Amino acid sequence: MKQLIQATIAILVVSALLFYAADALSAGGGKSGKDTLTIFNWGEYIDPDLLKQFEKETGIHVIYETFDSNEAMMTKIQQGGTAYDIAVPSEYMIEKMKEENLLIPLDKTKIPNFKNIDPYFLDLPFDKNNKYSVPYFWGTVGIVYNPKLVGNLDFSSWKDLWDPSLKRKVFLVDGAREVIGMGLNSLGYSLNSLDNQELRKATDKLITLSPNVKAIIGDEITPLMVNNEAAVALTWSGQAADMLSENEDLDFAVPKEGSNLWFDNMVIPKTSKNIDGAHAFINFMLKAESGAKNADYVGYSTPNIAAMKLMDKEVVSDKRFYPSEEQRKTLEVYKNLGPDYLGKYNELFLEFKMSIR
Amino acid sequence: MQTKTSKTALFPYVLWIAFFVITPIALVGYYSLLDIHGNFTLDNYKAFFTSVYLKMTLSSFWYAFLITFFTLLVSYPTAYFLTKTKYKQLWLLLIIIPSWINLLLKTYAFIGIFGLYGPINAFIEVLGFDPKQMLFTDLSFVFVSVYIFIPFMILPIFNSLDRLNPALIYAARDLGASAFTTFRRVILPLTMDGVKSGIQVVFIPALSLFMITRLIAGNRVITLGTAIEQQFLVTQNWGMGSTIAVFLILFMVIIMLITGQKKDKGGRVR
Amino acid sequence: MKKLSATARVYLAIVFIVLYAPIFYLVFYSFNSGGSMNHFESFTLEHYKAVFEDSRLLVILINTVIVALLSALISTIIGTLGAIGIVTVKDSKMRNTLLSLNNVLIVSPDVIIGASFLILFTMVGIKLGFTSVLIAHVAFSVPIVVLMVLPKLLEMNKSLIDAALDLGATKKDVMMRVILPYIQPGIFAGFFLALTYSLDDFAVTFFVTGNGFSTLSVEIYSMARAGISLTVNAISGLVFFVTVIVVVGYYFITSRASKRTGGTQ
Repeated sequence: MKQLIQATIAILVVSALLFYAADALSAGGGKSGKDTLTIFNWGEYIDPDLLKQFEKETGIHVIYETFDSNEAMMTKIQQGGTAYDIAVPSEYMIEKMKEENLLIPLDKTKIPNFKNIDPYFLDLPFDKNNKYSVPYFWGTVGIVYNPKLVGNLDFSSWKDLWDPSLKRKVFLVDGAREVIGMGLNSLGYSLNSLDNQELRKATDKLITLSPNVKAIIGDEITPLMVNNEAAVALTWSGQAADMLSENEDLDFAVPKEGSNLWFDNMVIPKTSKNIDGAHAFINFMLKAESGAKNADYVGYSTPNIAAMKLMDKEVVSDKRFYPSEEQRKTLEVYKNLGPDYLGKYNELFLEFKMSIR
Repeated sequence: MQTKTSKTALFPYVLWIAFFVITPIALVGYYSLLDIHGNFTLDNYKAFFTSVYLKMTLSSFWYAFLITFFTLLVSYPTAYFLTKTKYKQLWLLLIIIPSWINLLLKTYAFIGIFGLYGPINAFIEVLGFDPKQMLFTDLSFVFVSVYIFIPFMILPIFNSLDRLNPALIYAARDLGASAFTTFRRVILPLTMDGVKSGIQVVFIPALSLFMITRLIAGNRVITLGTAIEQQFLVTQNWGMGSTIAVFLILFMVIIMLITGQKKDKGGRVR
Repeated sequence: MKKLSATARVYLAIVFIVLYAPIFYLVFYSFNSGGSMNHFESFTLEHYKAVFEDSRLLVILINTVIVALLSALISTIIGTLGAIGIVTVKDSKMRNTLLSLNNVLIVSPDVIIGASFLILFTMVGIKLGFTSVLIAHVAFSVPIVVLMVLPKLLEMNKSLIDAALDLGATKKDVMMRVILPYIQPGIFAGFFLALTYSLDDFAVTFFVTGNGFSTLSVEIYSMARAGISLTVNAISGLVFFVTVIVVVGYYFITSRASKRTGGTQ
């Protein structure tokens, strides 16, 4: 009994001490009366120096939270509870958030640096006239491969994935739209297809790919590919950039039949308590210097032309990550499929997953 | 008088049940009857009885069984030997400490360790063999899952073994029982409560594993947990996700009935 | 009896090696200048330095520990009382119902627990942050405490209680000096496993947190998309070493103390 009481007291004392320690460490924030800005972003998706710079320039205190999936992010924002001022969803989620009335229209007069964005990336179907969002990073879905391990295949066409020499050598990312979309693209269909016949054909085609599939995985695909655990991987260009920077043998290709063009954009949720601060932040991130610094740190493709001028020539002229205009024509942005077809895509994906043995 | 004291003891616990157990059950029960548009339907339940979900259920049970079995196999001797050591409490704590390091980190470590070019395969190559494919196999999946559940099985078994009166064992041996018979007829029955606790605490969560199924098994193993996560997070089909959860709870209740106390063991205190 | 056979020692050694292998792997790479766990380049302490310079991460670590300790403590109290209460219930059907209810949270996937707690909290109006996370952690840890304490209660020889009452003990005495000491190993087991549940949890915490409050688990999972930085390895390495030292130190202090007073172990 005595031991129990001793243990309890010890825990309470330690907790109290830690509590004061934490308070002391975060006292440098100064929440009293100052402006704060709560940012909700993907993990490791911003150069922390930029946050410090922003705080210095504007005196606004930044509270930074991270998420690892669009859906989880939206659930948090929908439930309220935290007054996020900035969020960085992917394009299909922005469509959804618009429908659910979760976003505030942007006041472009407060974002003069908006002109730095490549017009090609503006006025896209998921947010006409960029009423609610500003592009942050973008990319494609493609194939990472190790030329030393795949013979003559160069993956300029999706059909290379089905090559029998790749038995159990292919990784796929765990995304229904990416995988089913790839199946659709490989048959010449649109990856936003709502046609049941096309979907069935695509799933059947994918099931014939099963023998080549080693695993269907998430973000761990990056360290795995860097370690040559597999020869080929279907993944996003951002992760591909990470992989290539750490494993010099790897290469990246976007097949000619077409693929996905994705965006992560900055938005202001309706729950924001500091709308002016949010606009100031967006404007700050759109500066040429900020865009360049961020792109250098994160490694993904930036939509900011002014920033591109300040970046390493080799990086921005790399056609694999900054595809030509011609190739861009083959790329499709995800449209919101609506709950029924979203469900259907996921059911088909589950069917495909279970065919892998 | 006696019942009053035990009622006060129960009070915070019952409160906890009212808020934190009834809520998920209510949520899950409610949503399982809705379809993706929010209309009342029994379709979700119908959908569960299709081959995809039934196969998944079988798969979940099979792997949960394997994991529980091997965890028990490894943990029981470990707990037993631990009770014989000089600093047993210390060793016990040292066994638990690794479980406090973040799971994702440890899994990344396993990905590194079991990789084609990781330390184990490097060692195998030194011995002159070909590197083996360890990741994304049933073996590595069960191995890592067992790794995670070991502390949960060792603790209750250790507690049971610790209180075992060694005189009982001596008596059995004296009376001519072999080591095996002693184990089967004396040690095991007396530690059964601990074993049952361990089994419950391992088997039940193992049914809904999903993080390990992706990280180590690369989705070659699909459990009910995989489907639930997908339905809740990706498809946002809370209806179907909840239905699967309802079945999980049902399975748990059935397991409880099978492994629970048959006799009126309780109710004699006070 | 105190001496372990050779097989026993080898067996235990293997178990320990396997248990600690990933930990050592992580710590090994925390000294890697190469930035990831793929390839060891050269020895460096830069990640450990980075830990101490990253005040945000340190605050998160401290919050994680506070939540773990407090939630484990509170859930141990509630769970122990609950287990004691369950055992006194006479009707076996009622008992089984309580036990099944107890296990609902263990069988439920985290995402369901997280989502339902979030809805509950927003309905009741609890602000998301430290409070909501603490309550949620207490909530999902209670069942495991019950499952650890229960076997000890069931093993307990009821005649101990009868004897104590016969000898004139009050009910409080029975509780404090007979029951609690007997089930103490179960209580500690429950406490430590509750700690584990709390430290490892990601999904539930993610759903019920807000206003900048975060735990180490949430941070790590969010980092996965772009690659987990080795600062996390460094922090884990530090936490690990500190824990081992505290545990070993505490153990030797208390065992020495009880040796001096000649108390029961």
